[in-house]
Amino acid sequence: MLAYIVRRLVATIPVMGVVAIFVFSLLYLAPGDPAAVIAGDLATADDIARIHHQLGLDEPFLVRFGTWAWSVVHGDLGISIFTNLPVTKLIAQRLEPTAALTVSTLILSVLLAVPMGVIASWRVGTWVDRAVMGFAVLGFSVPPFVLAYVLILVFAVYFDWFPVQGYASIADGLVPFLRHLVLPSTALGLIYAALIARITRTSMLEVLSQDYIRTAHAKGLASREVLVSHALKNAAVPIATIVGIGVALLIGGVIVTETVFAIPGIGRLTVDAILRRDYPIIQGVVLLFSAAYVIVNLLVDLSYTLLDPRVRY
Amino acid sequence: MTDAPIELEASLIARRQSRHPLLEAVRRHPTVALGSVILLAMVLIAFLAPFLGTVDPQALSPIRRLRFPQAANWFGTDMLGRDVYSRVIFGSRISLEVGLSVALLSTAIGLAIGLVTGFSRIADGSVMRVMDGLMSIPPVLLAIALMALTRASVGNVILAIAVSEVPRVTRLVRGVVLTLREQPFVEAATAAGTGFFRTLWRHILPNTVAPILVQGTFICASAMITEATLSFIGAGTPPNIPSWGNIMAEGRSLFQVAPYVVLFPAAFLSVTVLAVNLVGDGLRDALDPRLQRRM
Repeated sequence: MLAYIVRRLVATIPVMGVVAIFVFSLLYLAPGDPAAVIAGDLATADDIARIHHQLGLDEPFLVRFGTWAWSVVHGDLGISIFTNLPVTKLIAQRLEPTAALTVSTLILSVLLAVPMGVIASWRVGTWVDRAVMGFAVLGFSVPPFVLAYVLILVFAVYFDWFPVQGYASIADGLVPFLRHLVLPSTALGLIYAALIARITRTSMLEVLSQDYIRTAHAKGLASREVLVSHALKNAAVPIATIVGIGVALLIGGVIVTETVFAIPGIGRLTVDAILRRDYPIIQGVVLLFSAAYVIVNLLVDLSYTLLDPRVRY
Repeated sequence: MTDAPIELEASLIARRQSRHPLLEAVRRHPTVALGSVILLAMVLIAFLAPFLGTVDPQALSPIRRLRFPQAANWFGTDMLGRDVYSRVIFGSRISLEVGLSVALLSTAIGLAIGLVTGFSRIADGSVMRVMDGLMSIPPVLLAIALMALTRASVGNVILAIAVSEVPRVTRLVRGVVLTLREQPFVEAATAAGTGFFRTLWRHILPNTVAPILVQGTFICASAMITEATLSFIGAGTPPNIPSWGNIMAEGRSLFQVAPYVVLFPAAFLSVTVLAVNLVGDGLRDALDPRLQRRM
């Protein structure tokens, strides 16, 4: 097991290396010269050349990449062009809302989608199954920001049950915190839940066609028992896999969802950075989200041993 | 006595044949039929946009700002007095253009890279590491990063989204090639002296068509969503072009006053993507029963 963890960790190094090269090239290829910006309007060509040298911008690509990667490993993502603050600090300030939104969406989606998929597979071919599959197709087709506006219109503007937008920190109390998260999490979670429900149904159907399920029924076990402790347990690995892979959808969706609901998270930070062409921030966000995605999928891989004792490394 | 069942069968066959094959297809796959009809309607709308009672989608009319939907402006007007109906109708062109172009471009590139990595062990290791790396960047984020590098234009949006879809197509094609390579019929062809490129053309390529067609449809759907997402956050289609994402972005600040500016393009986007997804689901079920079980 330990050997497997080490092997898996080592395997993520080239993956993160490719991400790092891509992210670095972003700044390398970005239009505009940071030295000219720092030097100001009255700078001479000599001044700019001097600043180039100071910042190490006249070094070859690989040397610059090495320097940059070294500082990233030490937690330094550079300085934001627009605000002149360290990118790590800017990201850290915005981390809580984004983490709260993604984690609550993840929990909500899994809690809703897995039972939906299980019930659909149990009642396959009936209207329940068709309703779940219809929900899934709809979930793939309605983008998070579209659903967000419909939800705001119905539940915030018309019924006035939830706030139209904004974010309340958990430090402000649990009730306002949750009230502000209900609509964004629902909007963000639809596509994710659709994916999970679909995979759950498919992998459940595969398991339900096995002989041991018939045996379990034959020996008189209750349907619920068979579904949960025999079928779902054996269908858990593909479900866990899609929960991990689907996090990419959550990350893409969180950026627009935060924009619609005016949540001051990393998504808002990204959108502002794009409008201002603040490349160090864009770099930092891409690096952070990709690392988070890789780590989540690493954890999913490791969870296989817990979900399925037959999996041994 | 023995004639009866045959007669019955014959009459059944006759009854089946009396139905039009198209009607039969609709009866069997109602969702696919629905998707195709909507998609066809959208294509017609996009082509016939100037003849559908639209005005210049860019025409400003400050006096007629923020009008509620009415006879003169079916979908109302936005904060600059532009006709939302005309903008939404013309916006269908961008979505369909981006969806189709991204699907074609990313499947073509992915197919080429996938074939090479499937056959060449040397290329496989390095290229697939790069693809793994690119796949660990969430697609929307990858497209955003690429758009940040370039000027906003429809062409660049198509390129940025296509690049973020290529790794998945590559992996799909590579998987198909790797399994096909070991199949007896490919071995037989090679043993019979069929050249490499002929094997590729006659035996490998035809077998990648079905999965690529299905994947391409889903890429088309997700590209439309990604384009709208990029435009919505200001990193996509330039703001002077009416795309559904842009119209929604412009309506954002006044959503509580004039929700229709956001809701009409939102409905068109969702229905179009739904239609493409329905067609994609139908293609998947029809072309590859194995894929169906996996999804």
